[in-house]
Amino acid sequence: MAVFNRVESERNVAEAIYDKTIMAGDGWMHELLPGQVLRIVDLEGNQAADTLFYDADNPDDRYSAAKTIAGQRNIYLTAGSVLLAESGAELLRIVADTCGRHDTIGGACSAQSNTVRYAHEKLHMHNCRDTFMLQLAGYEGGRFMKRDLAPNINFFMNVPVTPEGGLEFADGVSAPGCYVELQSIRRTLALISNCPQLNNPCNAYNPTPVRVLIWDC
Amino acid sequence: MNRIWDKTIEAGGKWSGTVGRGKLLTFTALRAGANVSLLLYNAADFTERYNMPDTLKAQHTAHLTKGNVLMSDNGRVLAAITEDSLGWHDPLGGYTTREETDAKYGESTYQRERNGWLRSGRENLTVELTRSGLGVRDLVPVVNLFSKIVVDEAGGMHFMSGHCPEGASVTLRIEMDALVVLSNTPHPLDPSTAYPSGPVRIEAFNAPPIGEDDLCVHYRPENRRAYENTWDYYALMR
Repeated sequence: MAVFNRVESERNVAEAIYDKTIMAGDGWMHELLPGQVLRIVDLEGNQAADTLFYDADNPDDRYSAAKTIAGQRNIYLTAGSVLLAESGAELLRIVADTCGRHDTIGGACSAQSNTVRYAHEKLHMHNCRDTFMLQLAGYEGGRFMKRDLAPNINFFMNVPVTPEGGLEFADGVSAPGCYVELQSIRRTLALISNCPQLNNPCNAYNPTPVRVLIWDC
Repeated sequence: MNRIWDKTIEAGGKWSGTVGRGKLLTFTALRAGANVSLLLYNAADFTERYNMPDTLKAQHTAHLTKGNVLMSDNGRVLAAITEDSLGWHDPLGGYTTREETDAKYGESTYQRERNGWLRSGRENLTVELTRSGLGVRDLVPVVNLFSKIVVDEAGGMHFMSGHCPEGASVTLRIEMDALVVLSNTPHPLDPSTAYPSGPVRIEAFNAPPIGEDDLCVHYRPENRRAYENTWDYYALMR
């Protein structure tokens, strides 16, 4: 029996200090202060918000999929999960989640991985790692580069691992309006690629917008 | 097959080096319960490195064994697993930090224990990366050779104690000139209260040419395309 842990938020949208819609295929990079809460809303359902976090005071240190899942001994993220950096530092805590489970294993699409997963002719297609790199390239005078990319979180995606060690792609866990809320523990940089993946049936081959809201603590 | 090189990495030890494409590296656990954390970088371009999600997604697997390849973030094959006596190596659990090592096995310092102090995966990997001009910025999820993590339906991760007997071995065929970075340190989820690592032997051989029916190339269509990307890359270089 699959376990989904759904926790609603009491935060009022009218009180948010920041509100932006990230269109399908677009990126977003933004600093969060300690205590601030970021909500990511899956506006039309089954979209993937590919997300990375960096310690803003030490940008060499960033979200680590392995450190996070080994730290909580569970491969899924949901309310209560603490996102850890490679160093073990605590970056953010998930404080609300109406989807119930988010993927830590599946990573982001890239032009190159699309050629491997689908066909060589997919090389020209738009992809998350291009979005990530465009965002990073324009931040802090080019301090960031591809080496700063690492396996990311896919909010609203469900990629179960079977007891036999298989990997499945189980879509349909999110729905229009589902959201996840993260409270920043330290000063962090959030980097989102709102996935433009046109090869994956999970979004009915129709990438859709996500919305980001921020509250002060 | 003629062995061209060999090395033993002691418990807590580390190693890195450049290994040319077409070499075989056989890792043998000289004691039960080994764990070797492995990272791979393209020797000609360190920004290209082993990528856990790309490797797992393309092969629809959350564990690595014979037939699987370790893919780079540029859609190419860094290494292939051509032989494996265990059937399962862990790509999910990561490496230990100093804080975790001290918390689990008791504080361990060079000042007190000299070379018997208990090394952490993060420190070992950091030293070897820094030697090559890389650093903590370049740390990503590792492959843990010899370890097995089973994930239950709720997502819970379970370390399988006793998975690796003495003499267990796994062979990687290096498919791109690669910086190989190794740390012989315990798996973070190993519940053993005693620092569980033992020495691991590495032997290198020249691999026979890849045949038409090569298992790793044909393991899945995705593998074949990743190999084609790799051959395409080298077609422009040499």
